[in-house]
Amino acid sequence: MDLYLPVANLSVNALVIVLLGGGVGFLSGMFGVGGGFLTTPLLIFYGIPPTVAAASAASQVTGASVSGVFAHFRRGGVDVRMGTVLTVGGVMGSIAGAGIFRLLQASGQIDTVIALIYVLLLGSIGGLMLKEAVGSIRVLRGAKPAPAARRRHHPFVAALPLRWRFYASGLYISPLAPLLLGFGVGILTVLLGVGGGFVLVPAMLYLLGMGTRVVVGTSLFQILFVTAAATLVHAMTTKAVDIVLAVLLLIGSVTGAQIGAKFAQVVKPEYLRLILALMVLAVAFRMALGLGWRPDEIYTIELS
Amino acid sequence: MRRALALLLLAPLLLGATAAKPVLVPDVSRRNIQIAYSFTGAELLLFGAILYPGGREPDADHPADVVVVVKGPAQSIVMREKEKVAGIWVNAARTRFRSAPSFYAIASSKPIAQLVDDRTRAIYELGLDSLQLSPASGATAEEQARFAAGLVDLQRRQGLYYEAPGAVEITDGVLYRAAVDIPARVPVGRFTAETFLIRDGRVLAAAVREIDIRKSGFERFVEQAAEHDSLAYGLVAVALSVLFGWAAGSLWRRF
Repeated sequence: MDLYLPVANLSVNALVIVLLGGGVGFLSGMFGVGGGFLTTPLLIFYGIPPTVAAASAASQVTGASVSGVFAHFRRGGVDVRMGTVLTVGGVMGSIAGAGIFRLLQASGQIDTVIALIYVLLLGSIGGLMLKEAVGSIRVLRGAKPAPAARRRHHPFVAALPLRWRFYASGLYISPLAPLLLGFGVGILTVLLGVGGGFVLVPAMLYLLGMGTRVVVGTSLFQILFVTAAATLVHAMTTKAVDIVLAVLLLIGSVTGAQIGAKFAQVVKPEYLRLILALMVLAVAFRMALGLGWRPDEIYTIELS
Repeated sequence: MRRALALLLLAPLLLGATAAKPVLVPDVSRRNIQIAYSFTGAELLLFGAILYPGGREPDADHPADVVVVVKGPAQSIVMREKEKVAGIWVNAARTRFRSAPSFYAIASSKPIAQLVDDRTRAIYELGLDSLQLSPASGATAEEQARFAAGLVDLQRRQGLYYEAPGAVEITDGVLYRAAVDIPARVPVGRFTAETFLIRDGRVLAAAVREIDIRKSGFERFVEQAAEHDSLAYGLVAVALSVLFGWAAGSLWRRF
């Protein structure tokens, strides 16, 4: 079933896009990530222009995080104060990201930079996740757990001036730390079309030292608002949000996410994390190959 | 008085000159192409008649040939060329073409190189290697040629540029027809369909018809909204994604 995308200016097979959204949604529901890091590259691979792909994938992450946020709210898993600080930083970051996006676009390096950030970010985080997952599976199989080198939070965070109390997170730290963190993730959201959960969650755990009970809910809270802001920023600057494409992705992904969430309950979380780590590394590897191999298209055309 | 007399004397000559030239009466199957939700491209039929003075083709053993060219609106583009720098492929050289056609299809009754010489091809832009792209000054001729070849190659594989030698059928030396495929990726705007009648390397007659390609209905509305009411458009996009996420979440909780 072919459908014409009015902003992307091409026609796509609607079923393929819905299934793509469904697959990503399934994974996102299973692993509790937004899945933007898969959607954008897959859409580009399908032939959607990179800008339209990044702009429309952000709205899919919004949709995927909504039901998660509600669920976490009901069980008190959202630190609203922390989430608000992160969101304020994220919105500022997404506006700054739009400026960076425009600069890179003018210099012609946007595609290379996007690919490089993907490789570095996914490669390093995937590596860390893999190490952690292998460690916990060993523990599961009877190895002795490594003595937890418990640190409240990173010394850099402790050194920042001005301290606020974040009761739900059990923290007394400077709000500048989550503000900066949110800012960085906001830039990533606009540039890559990702929610940034895979950066946010480890950073909240290991840099800020937040309690595990509120980490996922609070990161979803931030992702919900920042991806919404990123969609708005894209709509107003690059004008590349394709609402038809976004709806197709949403239909697939919100359904897939629910199935994935059900499925996640029957698999041990340690194995889930291992699979996610391998998947993240695979995407990073594929992107790295794309940078190093001779591309199919040596020339690119841009309207001016 | 004298001028009128001169004109009167010249009249048979003038008439003779025009009358000796054949006239093309071209038409296209669709003057308007509407892009709607199910648009996957369109087929355009270009057809018409060649009217010879006296109603007869002067030399039936030596028929004239017909070339049709469909062009999309010209665009100003920047082309970038990737190069391997420090192990990765990045955009390095760039050049600007101020008038690259967004779509270019040429169909002819014989391969175009057999019909006219290079100069005539350049004048009438006949053929993919004769496009007038108006490159920005500054680039060397060799560089311009390399980028132009890159542009043609890229657009050809996208289906946006193509040559179809032999695709024009001529019936009895009088009627001609050719089908041109318009892919779904074309930009909107005013297209032109040019028809040329060629014999002995010379263009005997030429005629132009215009075709409007536009988005219609919902597609037009969405594009306009994205372009002109971008804040409202963005808000609707966000609202839709929240609604979908929420609806799916609450539906599934009932099962």
